[in-house]
Amino acid sequence: MPVIFLTDGLIFLLLLMVTAFIWYARRHEHLRVPWRQVGRNGMAMSAVVVLLFYIIIGLLDSMHFHPRVETQNSTESRYSNEIISVLDVLLKHLPEQTEKTYSAPFATHAYAMETIDHEDGTRTREYPRLQHGGTHLDDPENRGQDILLKSLPGIAAGLLVWMTISFMIVMVLARNAGVTISGQLRYIVHRQTALPWHTILLTLGAVLVLFVWAFYLSHYYHIFGTDKVGQDVFYQAIKSIRTGLMIGTLTTLVMLPFALMLGVMAGYFRGWVDDIIQYIYTTLNSIPGVLLIAAAILMLEVYMSNHSGDFSSNAHRADLRLFFLCVILGIMSWTGLCRLLRGETMKLREIDYVQAAQAFGVSHVTIMIRHLLPNVMHIVMITIVLDFSALVLAEAVLAYINIGVDPSMSSWGNMINSARLEMAREPVVWWSLSAAFVFMLGLVLAANLFADAVRDAFDPRIREY
Amino acid sequence: MISYIIRRMLYAIPILIGVNVITFVLFFVVNTPDDIARMQLGQKRVTPEAIEKWKADHGYDKPVLWNSDAAAAGKITETIFFENSVRLFVFDFGRSDSGRDISYDISQRMWPSLAITVPSLIIGLLVYITFALTLAFFRATYIDTWGVVLCVVMMSISSMFYIIGGQYLVGKLLHLVPISGYDTGTEAIKFLVLPVLVGLVGSIGSSTRWYRTIFLEEMGKDFVRTARAKGLSETVVLYRHVLRNGLIPILTGVVVILPMLFIGSLITESFFAIPGLGSYTIDAINNQDFAIVRSMVFLGSVLYILGLLLTDISYTIVDPRIRLS
Repeated sequence: MPVIFLTDGLIFLLLLMVTAFIWYARRHEHLRVPWRQVGRNGMAMSAVVVLLFYIIIGLLDSMHFHPRVETQNSTESRYSNEIISVLDVLLKHLPEQTEKTYSAPFATHAYAMETIDHEDGTRTREYPRLQHGGTHLDDPENRGQDILLKSLPGIAAGLLVWMTISFMIVMVLARNAGVTISGQLRYIVHRQTALPWHTILLTLGAVLVLFVWAFYLSHYYHIFGTDKVGQDVFYQAIKSIRTGLMIGTLTTLVMLPFALMLGVMAGYFRGWVDDIIQYIYTTLNSIPGVLLIAAAILMLEVYMSNHSGDFSSNAHRADLRLFFLCVILGIMSWTGLCRLLRGETMKLREIDYVQAAQAFGVSHVTIMIRHLLPNVMHIVMITIVLDFSALVLAEAVLAYINIGVDPSMSSWGNMINSARLEMAREPVVWWSLSAAFVFMLGLVLAANLFADAVRDAFDPRIREY
Repeated sequence: MISYIIRRMLYAIPILIGVNVITFVLFFVVNTPDDIARMQLGQKRVTPEAIEKWKADHGYDKPVLWNSDAAAAGKITETIFFENSVRLFVFDFGRSDSGRDISYDISQRMWPSLAITVPSLIIGLLVYITFALTLAFFRATYIDTWGVVLCVVMMSISSMFYIIGGQYLVGKLLHLVPISGYDTGTEAIKFLVLPVLVGLVGSIGSSTRWYRTIFLEEMGKDFVRTARAKGLSETVVLYRHVLRNGLIPILTGVVVILPMLFIGSLITESFFAIPGLGSYTIDAINNQDFAIVRSMVFLGSVLYILGLLLTDISYTIVDPRIRLS
């Protein structure tokens, strides 16, 4: 039985909008040219592959449902109360493999000593074996060898998946170009294709092999260790992808209508309309960002603690908080875009075609939508991609001040926040932090590289030196 | 000039009123003092008497906007809005929910904040400008390309990583400086080294890249081509012409954040346990002390507007062609 959270619905709405935009951009030469320039940039295209990988995981994690419960009489279907996502089904083994407490990556023994009663009545203090990590090993001494042996099928499977996908891509490319498959392959290897397929396929290979290998090994070991309550860190890091993507994209979705409408209006009408809009965004801007978020989240907490009966489950509550956080971040971040749009519109409204449209008696609304909006779209595009990485990074900081997403929701910020104090332990518990940082770095770096390419392609001011 | 400054200061008043109304709405209308009291007192079932007592203790027991019981001017002054929001305009911050004098706390706590932000700013500027100028000098070579890639990678790393990593590496492994804490006088220096260093490394990526763009933009201009055509060496062109002109946007960019240095850095101060205004704010958020949060929102807005004013003035000083109107 499907469950649609508010954020799920919005993310699919966003997906729909992006698809519609791509369809629209394909038919308009002035939009196709800069995107083609992005497409020719090898670094940007590898970033796109990595981003797509994150996005697919995020989308899989956004399809929620109540799983069916097996009952005796099969005519009546019953559903469990818990809500899981498609991703949870794919990674079913991970949440089940919980230990008692911390364990290092690839560990076979627990992090903490325990008193164990032996059958002969003696008691010793030793590191107990883990319940799930490395249990297939009879002798933990052979662990290094076993990891290598287990890696081989993992990597082989990854290569197989990669080759299958690559072959399909090459086949489609060859058909479109009207050449043989081996000919197309030769073009790709010699980098003679318009799009840098050479780089794209290599990146795809790296991502797929790494992921399939990690996925395969995660059946036998905790590849990133376990956290304080014994949960698999790899699982948490993957579940956090959705949160990161939501914060980065929904915020934009929320702020975009306001920024577009107010920015274009301020630039087009000028006069008192401009004064009012400028006043609004200067006021909002002058409130320190963190404090506004803190104030709003505190207020949400007060509201939630006083209306705890209104939410059907904790997941719904966490979801509402995530959405609310996006709204607040959106309220704070629309001002920058609004100011840029206002400036650009002021320049555009003096240009001949707008003047001509005014002379013909075209209505203000039509001028703004038909003539101004399409011509400021490059600014919107640049701002969206530049903001994305900043927002993902901001989530971690907000989680530290306890004004981020709900503590029960997995997010990189929450992982860092709950693990940072463990650096004082001896030996150091470093894996939770590292996993969160590595996953975050992957997403943010890819987004930054992509953003650079988009800016270079769309910003007319940027020249090559 | 003076009339411009006065006009700008008058323009700040409606903005501050706006900030005040927003915070007021957030804190007293969306959630009434009753809700806040219930939350502060913690339990599910709080007696109405306890709520009344808490409100009376913290001065939230008056009507929100209009006190019809009071006499004459008291109708307006003896209200929550007047006592908690209007008073901020004369920087009378009142008492925190836990009973401390906020103005006194602020005057004490701004010094540790400045002790971190001012050295960070000065050393940072020197370092970033040096790096950016080096990259600009080697433009369109491998040094530049990989330098920019390195900048992007460093930008993509969470600031939390720099802080936690720095504390672990310098403080715990190498035992060079204490991990966190603060002291008065010259003893403070050893506590300040690490936060300043971490802050520096944390923003190398974005700042260097940004300054490099500024320098490259200057390099594309006609006067640089003229200077080269005159036969000046690349070093002279770089230092005399590019650096000097590039400093204008950099320094005016710095002016806008100058007043904000008082507030300090929220995360750094809190991680390194430095008793500045940043950690004060964080503590207030964590303890849900609304009076302090309200005061800091107002203070932050005032400083932001001050920064905007200073930027406008600095533009006219560095570039006499700009007329203030």
